[in-house]
Amino acid sequence: MFSYIVRRLAVAIPTILILVTISFVLMWSAPGSPFMGEKLPPPEVMAALEAKYGLDQPYWKQYLDYLSNVIFHFDFGPSFKFKDRTVNDIIAQGFPVTLTYGFWSFIVAVVCGVGLGVTAAIRHNTWLDYLSVSFAIGSQSIPNYVMAPILVLVFTLWLGWLPGGGWEGGTWDHIIMPVIALSTSYFASIARITRSSMLEVLNSGFIRTAKAKGLPMSRVIFKHALKPALLPVLSYLGPAFVGMVTGSVIIDQYFSTGGIGQFFVNSAFNRDYSTMMGITILVGTLTIIFNLLVDVLYAWIDPKIRY
Amino acid sequence: MYPDKTKMESLTQAVDAAEVRGRSLWTDARVRFMRNKAAVGGLVVLIGILLFALFGSFFQAWTHEAIDWKLMGRVAQIGGPSIENGHYFGADELGRDLYARVVQGTGISIMVGVVGSIVAVVVGTLYGATAGFFGGRLDNIMMRTVDVLMSIPFMFVLILMLVIWGRSITMLFVGIGLISWLDMARIVRGQTLTIKNKEFVEAAIAVGVSPFRIILRHIVPNLLGIVVVYATLLIPGLIMAESFISFLGLGVQEPMTSLGALIQAGSKQMLYGAWWQIAFPLFFFLATLFAFTFVGDGLRDALDPKDR
Repeated sequence: MFSYIVRRLAVAIPTILILVTISFVLMWSAPGSPFMGEKLPPPEVMAALEAKYGLDQPYWKQYLDYLSNVIFHFDFGPSFKFKDRTVNDIIAQGFPVTLTYGFWSFIVAVVCGVGLGVTAAIRHNTWLDYLSVSFAIGSQSIPNYVMAPILVLVFTLWLGWLPGGGWEGGTWDHIIMPVIALSTSYFASIARITRSSMLEVLNSGFIRTAKAKGLPMSRVIFKHALKPALLPVLSYLGPAFVGMVTGSVIIDQYFSTGGIGQFFVNSAFNRDYSTMMGITILVGTLTIIFNLLVDVLYAWIDPKIRY
Repeated sequence: MYPDKTKMESLTQAVDAAEVRGRSLWTDARVRFMRNKAAVGGLVVLIGILLFALFGSFFQAWTHEAIDWKLMGRVAQIGGPSIENGHYFGADELGRDLYARVVQGTGISIMVGVVGSIVAVVVGTLYGATAGFFGGRLDNIMMRTVDVLMSIPFMFVLILMLVIWGRSITMLFVGIGLISWLDMARIVRGQTLTIKNKEFVEAAIAVGVSPFRIILRHIVPNLLGIVVVYATLLIPGLIMAESFISFLGLGVQEPMTSLGALIQAGSKQMLYGAWWQIAFPLFFFLATLFAFTFVGDGLRDALDPKDR
């Protein structure tokens, strides 16, 4: 087990380094100057700006400085566009917002998805099963950028129940729509995966034995069937996490929640390369760490995995 | 006493004919595909959408760039779908014909999906087959590279690329092509590992065929089924990725458009009552996604009958 974790870390750390390198090479290859507005500032101002941001150094030195700042100090440097803010300030402002509704979306997707999947499997081939399967297939293929406008249309314009955007410190009525829009398609996928793996488990020998020795149905399901049935769900959590992190860009942009996704898109329009790089590296590192955790958890739970 | 000569002849002919016709994997698959109603329905819808994207522009009364000044400022009131003024799907917020823009947007969205998928087929198949066939250290290095590339949040890197190197359709193709082949390479490698131990590959090695010829002539044709299925299922994913970027306003640039960009524009105008601006792009978007998914699922069931 320990050697497995070490081996996975041995892949994860170079991956993060490669991510930093790719972002840096991309920025290095950018045409024009990041300080270019309508026209270039005068040469002496330009030189002063470049000196301030360290852009007058040779590229290898810039790269090493950036790398050591990121790795040893978690410091992504100053923003190219906002003179008085660092990338760390921007992330510190936006990340809690993304984390809040991202966390709730994840909980909703997993809890409701597993619940619906298990219910559908227990009531196999009844109207409840058909209803949940068709609901899942329908909502699985609706991307969040379609879901978000539909939600606003229904809940804000027609019913007038919820505000159409904003964050206001994260009150519940501002969280609901982002969470629904972000979690729906993952909730549907998890429901389908749970249903099919639950059906497989319910048909296996040890469940028949458990039923035969007279256990009540609830005990059979919660004690015996649920754990093996949830293994495929566990391995789906990695891709779901990546999808939700990416989707949060849409959510932030559409609902103006002020999370890191909104800063990412704004900096894309402003050519604020250092902020984009910082957010990309942060998101990539989180993804890699999360996938590592899921894999280790999987290897720990499933005795059939040889690591 | 003797059986009727003509009858016997016709019988032998019938047997011969049956033998000649044979039943290949692909004939069987076609029969199974045609029995699958969802898949055939998806195929019909898909052909309809392709015809619409290819030839729809012949029926348009306005080009996608022309602005109908008569509608200026009153699009939400009088810009709705109408046959008389030639705006079959209505007009967008600037007074441009939505029909022409949906035709163009559908074309570009499908093109992004198909081009990305072709890249995945060519690069992914060759990469995966090479890694799987040679095995050992080469395989290890090649597949670890894929692992590393897969764990990079590609949507963020893609946006970074588009911002830095300029937003254009070519850049979008390059960016989507760069990531689309990774999954394909993995799947193909897995299949190659089983195929390379079959007798016909052994025979080819024994008569001294060069490794790359074996990959191209003997391994790749046997991978075709899984490659076709995966390529079809990849297209909707790529269309969604493109729409994602276009929805943020970072994809194709005006006056060009794609379904994602149209949905974004429509979702803003929807608030003013111009429902047609989101309804038509959304309809074509979802129809395309569902059609490709149904066709892909149908192909998978048809080519892999044991997976029921």
